[in-house]
Amino acid sequence: MFDCKVCYNMIMKQIDAAVVQKELVKLITGCLTTPDKAVTLALKHIVSDSSLERTAAALIVENNEIAESKRMYCCQDTGQALFFVTIGDEVCCKGLNSAINAAVENAYKNARKSVADPLTRKNTGDNTPAIIEYTLTHGDGLEITYLAKGAGSENMSRLYMLTPADGENGIIDSVVDAVVRGGKNACPPLVVGVGIGGVTETACMLSKRALLRPVGVNSERADVAALEKEILNRINALGIGVAALGGSLTALAVNIETAPTHIGMLPVAVNLQCHSLRHGSVKF
Amino acid sequence: MKIENAKKLSLPTDAAHIMNLRQNDVVLLNGTLYTARDQAHKRMAAAIKDGKELPFPLKNAAIYYCGPTPTVEGAIIGSCGPTTSTRMDSYTPLLIEHGLNVMIGKGVRSDAVTQAIKEHGAVYFSAIGGAAALYRSTVKACELIAYPDLGCEAVYKLTVEDFPAVVTIV
Repeated sequence: MFDCKVCYNMIMKQIDAAVVQKELVKLITGCLTTPDKAVTLALKHIVSDSSLERTAAALIVENNEIAESKRMYCCQDTGQALFFVTIGDEVCCKGLNSAINAAVENAYKNARKSVADPLTRKNTGDNTPAIIEYTLTHGDGLEITYLAKGAGSENMSRLYMLTPADGENGIIDSVVDAVVRGGKNACPPLVVGVGIGGVTETACMLSKRALLRPVGVNSERADVAALEKEILNRINALGIGVAALGGSLTALAVNIETAPTHIGMLPVAVNLQCHSLRHGSVKF
Repeated sequence: MKIENAKKLSLPTDAAHIMNLRQNDVVLLNGTLYTARDQAHKRMAAAIKDGKELPFPLKNAAIYYCGPTPTVEGAIIGSCGPTTSTRMDSYTPLLIEHGLNVMIGKGVRSDAVTQAIKEHGAVYFSAIGGAAALYRSTVKACELIAYPDLGCEAVYKLTVEDFPAVVTIV
């Protein structure tokens, strides 16, 4: 006799969704009071000719220190809860999707409920549903990354459907254009996520994933890294500055992720991330 | 933190005091602010058009574009930084015509709002986006005064002390 269930239990690693839920509550709660420390550090050591920009940077540093030490939300926009789930094909976590949403409901009890119906604007009341992106991979690992995304920066994000003829110059101009149009509203200094290639949603998803790369780490691809540096220089020459009060620190990083695309296409998505960069990962 | 060369401004204020402000002045605000964001603006604009009563008198009022996090037990308010002002642009000229003279938020304003601010002797301040824990520490009193069904988008009357902001349009 062949017992499917026994066979399944032998080859699949079982992960308890209740454990996942508990760990995610801890992760979310910690992230919402402690923005990425690389950002705070960069603001602390800012070099600027503008006293206004230095003042704005010092106020953000002070804010982040108050938030962390007193366990307060560093930004009132505690965001929509985004999750990037990488799950191995030898893992079974029954009820994972529900566990993620239950973690959001629980972790956002004292945070702001910022999710509403797009037409009636009626609030869902518990900050769910979470926005979850699943990636299936080999092995028996499960890794979940959380990103809190506020409206101020997400609203300023854009998709450009370029043509192959537009090439690198078109890419550079598009990313700079997105920052010119929306950078002042997106709470600079920014992390600029850029997704190039695939189809429309691939580019958008890559631009979001690009925000998760540690600040200050360029792409492993030399040509992409060079593009990142060039665009960063162009953005910081715009003069928008910290808190959009004028200055030299408009972006902390430009992170580009790429995927192969159609011979007739060049999609470029630009996702702006505010300085309140709240993200973290947990592995099971 | 102590900010060098900061001016002080008591709220509510009037055109005579606003006249002394210059673009990029760092100002510490003291007094009364009313929070209002997207849905509260929509309702207030509708109330004006329908000739209905507003949740607070607009004459010389200061509006702070803000939707705080919930207030935990024992606290005055939750974290309360500014939200993007641009989203309020379509309602703002009407509110300025009805007496609103101070707006605090973050980001850029439309040409119509800029023109209304200049014509009516009003002022738009930028607060530091994302500095919500810092702004929370400047709030000394908070009272829910209208639209409780809107949750964080309800109108709260705040009393602030040395609330840092930068003159952006005057």
